[in-house]
Amino acid sequence: MMKKFFCKFYLAMIFILLYAPIVTLIVLSFNASKTRAKWGGFTLKWYSSLFQNEAIMDALYNTITIALISALIATFVGTAASIGIASMSRHFKTIFMSITNIPMLNADIVTGISLMLLFIAFGVKFGFATILLAHITFNIPYVILSVMPKLRQIDSNIYDAALDLGASPIYAFFKVIIPDILPGILSGFLLSFTMSLDDFIITHFTKGSGIDTLSTKIYAEVRKGIKPEMYALSTLLFVSVLILLIAVNKAPKQRKEN
Amino acid sequence: MNKKLLSAPYLLWAVSFIIIPLIMIFYYGLTDKSGGFTFSNILEISTSINVKALLLSLLLSLISTLICLLLAYPLAMILNNLNVNQNSFVVLIFILPMWMNFLLRTLAWQTLLEKTGVINNALAFFHLPSLNIINTPYAIVLGMVYNFLPFMVLPIYNILIKIDPNVINAARDLGANGLQTFCKVILPLSWPGVISGITMVFVPSLTTFVISDLLGGSKILLIGNVIEQKFTQANNWNVGSGLSLVLMIFILVSMAILSKYDKDGEGLI
Repeated sequence: MMKKFFCKFYLAMIFILLYAPIVTLIVLSFNASKTRAKWGGFTLKWYSSLFQNEAIMDALYNTITIALISALIATFVGTAASIGIASMSRHFKTIFMSITNIPMLNADIVTGISLMLLFIAFGVKFGFATILLAHITFNIPYVILSVMPKLRQIDSNIYDAALDLGASPIYAFFKVIIPDILPGILSGFLLSFTMSLDDFIITHFTKGSGIDTLSTKIYAEVRKGIKPEMYALSTLLFVSVLILLIAVNKAPKQRKEN
Repeated sequence: MNKKLLSAPYLLWAVSFIIIPLIMIFYYGLTDKSGGFTFSNILEISTSINVKALLLSLLLSLISTLICLLLAYPLAMILNNLNVNQNSFVVLIFILPMWMNFLLRTLAWQTLLEKTGVINNALAFFHLPSLNIINTPYAIVLGMVYNFLPFMVLPIYNILIKIDPNVINAARDLGANGLQTFCKVILPLSWPGVISGITMVFVPSLTTFVISDLLGGSKILLIGNVIEQKFTQANNWNVGSGLSLVLMIFILVSMAILSKYDKDGEGLI
């Protein structure tokens, strides 16, 4: 009884630690006072002025397009790579997985700097494209690390059985292997999208001037004070993801009941 | 169809955007402005300001890694005992905060920790002494723990759910008490998760420049801040790369330790 209470209490404390800043930001988005130091009454004006703020809207557009495109490309390249790696001998598998671990384990600042030096050396113009290339690079490992465990669980006999029963290799591949690893592919995509959305450090070094994502825009505003519209925007993003995730989590259950 | 060919695009990508960029850091780190070979960029680490920054970074990141481990292990065990059938739900709780921008979340701690902030108002209400940690190394440690805790919880949790409950039951049947079962069975089995958690927290804490920027005022310099300034303010890529090489030594050591425990390339998450 005591133990159960302690467990609940501990969970609650961690939950507060994780979500206190988020609640703070949501509260700040309704704060009529422009500074975050004092409460000036309830308002919705930041939510309406948000959509007139072109700089923020541009940054939002960049952030979402980069996250979406980089996650999509990373998912394709990463899934294909995983299938290839899974069929390799142990020796090559180890080499490939070590390379994959480099961006995961390396410090973001080192990854960011190394890519910046690469773009400078090859005279690539900094901007949207360089951010995109950088994001794809750090996203592919997340996809590979999500898909590989699923590939390991596959019973290779099922694929062989499909071939025995007359399926062409490509048909068997799409009908047997892909459905089996689909959850891994999806979680890899979602993870990449999230990581790209939340990235600041690598974007900071690869963006050049003249383009901003939400992260770099916020960083630039830190010294002058964050615009309250930013809080409104993050609240909207957070709440829409929350609703989306609740909907997705509910959906499969209903299907089962039917 | 040869399946191995499917990894060709990735191989090309990894060579161009992972391997070659790393070589570039070595090149810049080991040459001077005119392109001649030198060790002076790496030796820059021994100037007093840089040594101080490196030691402070090491100290703060070790403390935050330790706190994360102490917080995360019991947490992962509790989550495991909850028997939530949906692992994804547990993972979600920790991933969800990432949908609020990392910088804003860290900035929110400023509002919470300020002299007249939310926490101090609450403490004053209960007549407790106020907490003045904003712009001190303590606030930086808090920021590190807050931001990187999920990276400690998830690997440990993922390995705990894989432990066969029968193994634990067997230990109990054979007369081990709770503590013995934990020390002799659960802890050794979860070791790989602990090791990957430690690396996943230690490396970003050691190298951060954002958390110290946002929560430490601008007075506290970590090694990440020094490197960042070399690139964005001083435009001295050679010294910046040299210092990055020093950082990479620590990262490589962590990687070597990790790969010892991650034999089947299970990955980190």
